[in-house]
Amino acid sequence: MRTRLLAAWLALGSLAAALPAAAVMPDEILADQGLEHRARELSKELRCLVCQNQSIDDSNAPLARDLRVLVRERLKAGDSDARVLDYVTDRYGDYVLLRPPFKATTWLLWIGPFLVFAIGAAATAVYLRGRRGVAAGADTAPLSEDEQRRLDALLRKD
Amino acid sequence: MRRLLFILPLLLFVGVAVAFYLGFNRDPREIPSVLIDKPVPEFALPALPGYKQGLATADLKGDVQLVNVFASWCVPCKIEHPVITRLSREQGVPVRAINHKDKAEDAIAWLKRNGDPYAGIGQDLDGRVSIDWGVYGVPETFLIDRQGRIRYKHVGPLSPEVVERDILPLVKELRKG
Repeated sequence: MRTRLLAAWLALGSLAAALPAAAVMPDEILADQGLEHRARELSKELRCLVCQNQSIDDSNAPLARDLRVLVRERLKAGDSDARVLDYVTDRYGDYVLLRPPFKATTWLLWIGPFLVFAIGAAATAVYLRGRRGVAAGADTAPLSEDEQRRLDALLRKD
Repeated sequence: MRRLLFILPLLLFVGVAVAFYLGFNRDPREIPSVLIDKPVPEFALPALPGYKQGLATADLKGDVQLVNVFASWCVPCKIEHPVITRLSREQGVPVRAINHKDKAEDAIAWLKRNGDPYAGIGQDLDGRVSIDWGVYGVPETFLIDRQGRIRYKHVGPLSPEVVERDILPLVKELRKG
């Protein structure tokens, strides 16, 4: 029982230790801390094309490593962050950007959720307005004389 | 107006269904190249030791030809090699190659064993030129027109079907124009 508990704790401990892992190797890291920080931030924006849902900062794929090194080289050569991203998208397309840019081919992607919300809100408004009309008796004909008399009779009973 | 409101969810559903149908039929591993219809990148790669012809931008002008990115460590490259060989030797389409992140002696041994159908092979030791070509999964094959523009790209091993369906018709068309 006790060994089992110990094993469980060990397993948990190793999980916790494994969490904050990035794929950057010590030999890739730049001496200039400012540049290295920018390189890390840029690497998080760039998709690894081999594993697709990881950034190149996370991925151990050889291509991800090559791109990390490339990003650092461009930064050392004095490129701005935007220039570095352009350099990569010129070769691999917008697909490598984990945050797709807003343009003609992507507007539906960005606006879509708001559009669906607006349609839903409009539909709800129309529906509710319709119900309020029913509650207020707007679309029911007024009682005829005969109906009114019967209603009065019923109400008078108690 | 009211009736339209009732049909609206149905229309939305049909739209989403069509989008999903098309979307799920696409291979998510196939990323459309941004380099299509652009001139090939500026580069010059040395030949393998003992080989005469390397590969550079200037080699890719004047004729419709293929550029095949391969490596000796890449298993699908071996699978597609007979298809590449037939293209070059029987179907009359010159094929040049980028030897991607390979050791020279491994590449040479591989070519001795499997045959060398290439009109020229550039050694891309660090994979940097491959990045300029937007390569992300070897093997990849590009079709270059007479003006040295990339007109078509195939990711993964070439199959006889791809050659018949895509490459040969496009080669014919590009040679005419």
